[in-house]
Amino acid sequence: MKHIAIIGNGISGVTAARHIRKLSKNRITLISAETEHFFSRTALMYVYMGHMKYEHIKPYEDSFWEKNQINLKFGRVNHVDVEHKKLLFENNESIAYDDLIIACGSKPNKFGWKGQDLAGVQGLYSWQDLELMEENTKNVNNAVIIGGGLIGIEMAEMLLSRGIGVTFLVRERGFWGNVLPSEEASLISKHIQSHHVDLRFESELEEVIPDENARVRAIKTKAGEEIECQFLGITAGVSPNIGFLENSAIATGRGVLINNFFETNQANVYAIGDCAEFHKHPTGRRNIEQVWYTGKIMGETVAQTICGKKTAYQPGVWFNSAKFFDIEYQTYGWVWPQTKENEAVFYWEHSNGRKSLKIVYDKSNYAILGVNVFGIRLRHKVVAQWIKQRTNIHYVIQHLNQANFDPEFYKQHWKEIEEQFTETNSAKNSITT
Amino acid sequence: MSRIDRDISLTGGPPTTINATQKTATFIGLFGVFILVLAGFNVNFPNKLIWLTTSLVSISAGIILFAFGAYAHKQEGIKNDGVWFKSITNRGFLAWVLGIVFTGFYVVLYFFPQYLGLVKDGANTGVIALFDPLSSALSGNAASQWFVYGTLYTVAILVFGVKFIWKYKGNRYERLRTFSVMFFQLGFAFIIPELMARLNSDSFSLPYYDLKNIWPLNYYNFEQYRVDEFISAGNIGLALLIFGVASIFIITPILTYKYGKRWYCSWVCGCGGLAETAGDSFRHLSDKSSFAWKVERWVVHSVVVFVTVMTTAVIASYLGNEPSKYWLTKDVFLIGVATLLSVLFLLLWVFKRNELKKDAKIGAIAYLVIILSLIGMHYLNGSSLFIFQAESLRSFYGFLIGAIFSGVIGTGFYPIFGNRVWCRFGCPMAAILGMQQRFFSKFRITTNGGQCISCGNCSTYCEMGIDVKYYAQKGQNIVRSSCVGCGICSAVCPRGVLKLENGDDTGASRYQENPITFGNDGVKLNF
Repeated sequence: MKHIAIIGNGISGVTAARHIRKLSKNRITLISAETEHFFSRTALMYVYMGHMKYEHIKPYEDSFWEKNQINLKFGRVNHVDVEHKKLLFENNESIAYDDLIIACGSKPNKFGWKGQDLAGVQGLYSWQDLELMEENTKNVNNAVIIGGGLIGIEMAEMLLSRGIGVTFLVRERGFWGNVLPSEEASLISKHIQSHHVDLRFESELEEVIPDENARVRAIKTKAGEEIECQFLGITAGVSPNIGFLENSAIATGRGVLINNFFETNQANVYAIGDCAEFHKHPTGRRNIEQVWYTGKIMGETVAQTICGKKTAYQPGVWFNSAKFFDIEYQTYGWVWPQTKENEAVFYWEHSNGRKSLKIVYDKSNYAILGVNVFGIRLRHKVVAQWIKQRTNIHYVIQHLNQANFDPEFYKQHWKEIEEQFTETNSAKNSITT
Repeated sequence: MSRIDRDISLTGGPPTTINATQKTATFIGLFGVFILVLAGFNVNFPNKLIWLTTSLVSISAGIILFAFGAYAHKQEGIKNDGVWFKSITNRGFLAWVLGIVFTGFYVVLYFFPQYLGLVKDGANTGVIALFDPLSSALSGNAASQWFVYGTLYTVAILVFGVKFIWKYKGNRYERLRTFSVMFFQLGFAFIIPELMARLNSDSFSLPYYDLKNIWPLNYYNFEQYRVDEFISAGNIGLALLIFGVASIFIITPILTYKYGKRWYCSWVCGCGGLAETAGDSFRHLSDKSSFAWKVERWVVHSVVVFVTVMTTAVIASYLGNEPSKYWLTKDVFLIGVATLLSVLFLLLWVFKRNELKKDAKIGAIAYLVIILSLIGMHYLNGSSLFIFQAESLRSFYGFLIGAIFSGVIGTGFYPIFGNRVWCRFGCPMAAILGMQQRFFSKFRITTNGGQCISCGNCSTYCEMGIDVKYYAQKGQNIVRSSCVGCGICSAVCPRGVLKLENGDDTGASRYQENPITFGNDGVKLNF
């Protein structure tokens, strides 16, 4: 029986712990300095908006941990002594481990702007960030958010729920423009604007201007414009939160460096989730994956290795999902912001501007490569299967109803989509012939 | 850790205030309530029909305008901002005031109707008198406390139904379902029975019958006086009696097999209708703990046993012992009930033992209690079961379950315990449909691959206290006997992970677990 210590009780660490428990009788210690129990990070916004309380965003009842013999340890690890296989805590306590999993997550990026550490300036990642945001947004009328990604949009929705006006600075020409193709970026941008967010594209932060109490009073953009605000949300991405490993022998780059088995340069030390960086990602994706779902898959996989069945990370068809105010988003396979040379694209958008479907396929053999969908729910299993088997786009278009996951009685648009596809295709053919 | 919950009062704070439209609406609505209160204090309004109309119209207009102020300017989407901050929806002062007022109303309604102005053998006074003109227009009779209650109940479902439709304006499932409960309440529970009463004469009389109110929810349906009335009313009466029996033994199992118990609980039922409309603002208050689930299973199944024994005893008490007079004697009836239950239990054991698991204990005990009771009825003569009279058993059930549980606690405490306390802990009909749903139905809530983010919205807004995410985060279908299929979990899910389904693909996959995230190709399952 080994003792397995896990630093971080987020989705990756908890998934690893649960699966190690399923597979073995090993002793497990789950360590966190954030909250005593695991909570769903993606649900933080709902606590601020009053949809839920802290107790509701805990995925397991508090009795779960004892019942499954997973020890919880509330404390901050300061140093990892790999030689003696020991963790040293902030309060000078220490515990010994046989295997260590580092799953310590991320922290918000700050790019060295002048005034970025003023009061009223913050990111949103941890429970402490949420508490801080509660403090920081008291008596606030105007807020600025910089960084047009998923946390930024959540923050905008949160602030609006408290009647705080939001100005949103986005570096790209469309919202989330480094991920979304222009049609979708524009659809989402319009939706954000319909919620009365002052969305400014190609606009970047130059500096934060303080008031006499060293609190944010305004910001200045690179174009020299001054925007008054009492709160500045910085949501320009996140990066691995690995400062505590600095003096350890564990090799790091931007994150903890790992191979396909999540093994670091040190024996018996693994890293998973947001904080891990592959030397070379096994499927050619980015080397750091900061997504709930990949964290889960990594946790499941590393548990196999630790319990004696060495298993490489082998995620299937890429998928992700999000929600932009009222519009849900799903993506499967790969849809790049710029179409690649071998790719062709079919795009349909509903006249109400709240629904769209994009299918990317291989020009040469019509095999589908990726799907982006807004405002419609698709069935994961079916779409992933199509992409995996490189199904022909003609087949896919004719069988879209099989992938429907919208609630019963919802209006379906498959016919309309099929007609548009047939039309544009015949038009294309008539041009080429 | 609780700082977020406490600091809720300042500017830039959560939305706990109401806008100008809503303030106007509050005034109009309370004006209507005020008329009823005055009538309750025996103010004798001169032109009752006008004042009653004024009151009901004001109340309705107030509620609808309030909803308009809340939702009209908003886009399609989820409207739960500030739910846990507002006094009324977070068990604050307003919630307690409302709970106590409702509870008080139910106590007066059930036990002291004279305070509402009910006068036996004479003209009504007070609130009930205000409703006399409406009642005589419908049925030709003076109003009773039940007519007053039925009218207010119907108004509540209709106007809060409008509010609900507004709130979920982008969701066609929710809207259709709400039209359905509004229709059944207005037509089947309110208008048709009153009009049926009009057909009654000295020579022809039907019991008051809300056709959608099925035994055992309608626990008094097979009492002697009703059965006598049905039989004496000729073919129509007989048809209604047969319909009453067929409802529970034929119609219900078929519909539940095809659609799950939602066809009844959240599309047709009056109790469900009120919970879904007037009670919608309190759905998140249900207790999600596994302890509450345990209590639920014991309590609700005890009620099923109770109502079965009670009804059997009541029917047995008026059946004869002479086979020569009529084939259905007391003994034939008791043996019939015992046989039916035994066959059902046997089938369940044989075909569904894997799914029964820990509920086997509850089932075995329930079965034993019922069979012992039946034997008791057989050996003890006359109308008694052991030391209880069948009739006192019935009135005890009526008092404890029919009045206290479904009314005073079930509805009175909406703002404290949530809107489905009765349906979850007390309703024997829901429990029976629940067993069918769990073991003999195609209905399940499916989860979309591995896309659950464990946020907890589904569980929080489940009015039946089901911890939906417990299943969703494992990629497992939700097959729970208590699920009424309201569809709100699917509506509030920010990743579109949940879908109510009753298509094919049942069998093993209905209960299947998917312990590895969908999309994890590396891990092969072998545990």
